[in-house]
Amino acid sequence: MKKQRFWPIMMILLGAIYFLLPLFATFEFSLRERRGEYSFDSYNYVLSDPQFRDSFVYSVALALATIVVSLILIVPTAFWVHLKLPQLRPVIEFITLLPFVIPPIVLVFGLIRIYSRPPIVLVSTPALLVAGYVVLSFPYMYRAVDTGLRAIDVRSLTEAAQSLGASWLTILFRVIFPNLRVSLLNGAFLTFAIVLGEFTMATMLNWPTFGPYLALIGQNRAYEPAALAIISFGLTWICIGLIQLLSRGSQEQGQLAGTR
Amino acid sequence: MVDKVLEKNVKQPAARPRKRKVRLEWLGVVPFLTFALLFLILPSFNLLIGSFQDETGNFTLANIGNLFQPFILNSYWLSIQVSAVTALGGVIFGFGLAYASIRGGLPSWVRGALMTFSGVASNFAGIPLAFAFIATLGRTGFITVLLKNMLGVNLYDTGFSLYTFWGLSLTYMYFQFPLMVLIIAPAIDGLKSQWREAAENLGATSFQYWRYVALPILGPALLGAGVLLFGNAFGAYATAFALTGGTLNLVPIQIGAQIRGDVLHNPNLGYALAMGMVVIMAVSIGISMLLQRRTARWIQ
Repeated sequence: MKKQRFWPIMMILLGAIYFLLPLFATFEFSLRERRGEYSFDSYNYVLSDPQFRDSFVYSVALALATIVVSLILIVPTAFWVHLKLPQLRPVIEFITLLPFVIPPIVLVFGLIRIYSRPPIVLVSTPALLVAGYVVLSFPYMYRAVDTGLRAIDVRSLTEAAQSLGASWLTILFRVIFPNLRVSLLNGAFLTFAIVLGEFTMATMLNWPTFGPYLALIGQNRAYEPAALAIISFGLTWICIGLIQLLSRGSQEQGQLAGTR
Repeated sequence: MVDKVLEKNVKQPAARPRKRKVRLEWLGVVPFLTFALLFLILPSFNLLIGSFQDETGNFTLANIGNLFQPFILNSYWLSIQVSAVTALGGVIFGFGLAYASIRGGLPSWVRGALMTFSGVASNFAGIPLAFAFIATLGRTGFITVLLKNMLGVNLYDTGFSLYTFWGLSLTYMYFQFPLMVLIIAPAIDGLKSQWREAAENLGATSFQYWRYVALPILGPALLGAGVLLFGNAFGAYATAFALTGGTLNLVPIQIGAQIRGDVLHNPNLGYALAMGMVVIMAVSIGISMLLQRRTARWIQ
């Protein structure tokens, strides 16, 4: 038994080193601002930078808008397909997987090409960026909602609500949404984590979000980028941690990432 | 003859209301489909059409032909190399880790910790990841300085640089193998321990078990995951941009430069460049899905 365990332990150790060493190094690096001693100066600089606050708040607002639009689009659609149009499921599934095939850099290229000239000009509003983010959230949101719907008896719930005189809106908001709470929160946190640090689309569409701010600091400062990396890692950790906390006990892995 | 006419008359009224009902139900998916059409399908389609047009809008194949100039072929080749190397590395290392944590006889918290960490690390891509590796292996990074002070080795004298092919690949690995861990864990769970016991009872060595039982079963899953990792690295822009500042000639970097300011001096060639990327992504994701379906036959 002991001999059998040797390789697994080595493997895990190697993995732990690869995982943790860059984090440790980044943290150490972020403390080097003052010559000769460790300090939190770089964190101070970042946290008191008004641009940090502005871009962060801006990204949070975009993330919330993305989550709301994505929920409004995906939940009723997935519910309806589940209940009435099961033959359409492969089509919807295919569309929600397309963002894996069309990387953000290509998608934003197409969005700019279409919406920077009449009949519809959208490049001057952040709505286009939100629309792009909603598309990026499709695979995660749909997967989360679809998994949730499979786990509950949609038909019985709907029929019970209908026989009590509920309208479709009541059914959606007071029966389906509460029953999908965990899945919806899963999708929402993942979308939040993705939108918060997103760089490609934001920079191409020229909006002052957190991602482009990170890039700017990376070009101009020495130790602050490391501090920002630690902060971003912490935020990602919180989002994913909340997802895992919520879906404890279920086997479903809800947090597969895409390209960035 | 008369019977047939009667049949028709009887059938039609019954069929009509049913058809109308189906049409009404379709309205439920219209908002989603409209959104997808406007912000996903039309933009992509627009690029596709643009890549077959010249600057005055006439049909041409010249853009596709122009993709085969050395400069552009090189960027595809470099992107393919980075993606293939990090996919292969991710598959081997990710599988090893996942297998060790699930079947290595280690306490169960190891698996839980690995899964949580993989969830975080596979999402920790983009600019912060580039910063982390610059702080670790850049010219004044932690490991670089440590090696210089303790062993007197200057990493950058040995030919290594974070801002080249191998540096970028090493950085990509940080989100590649956690993704592999997440994808492959269910397949490893599906490997029944009875199969190993049966093989051992029949006198199989460990090598024979892997060669004739485990790998053939896991093969499609491993290959499918590898192709998915390939696509994952192939489309990445932010990490590469933040790390190399656009000096590495990768396809996403080229497309980014083209969006910022028509560096190819031909917008339509830019569309063709983007479409070439979509084709490669589509082929890789398609293969991956096919293979995953084949795995599902064995592992449930």
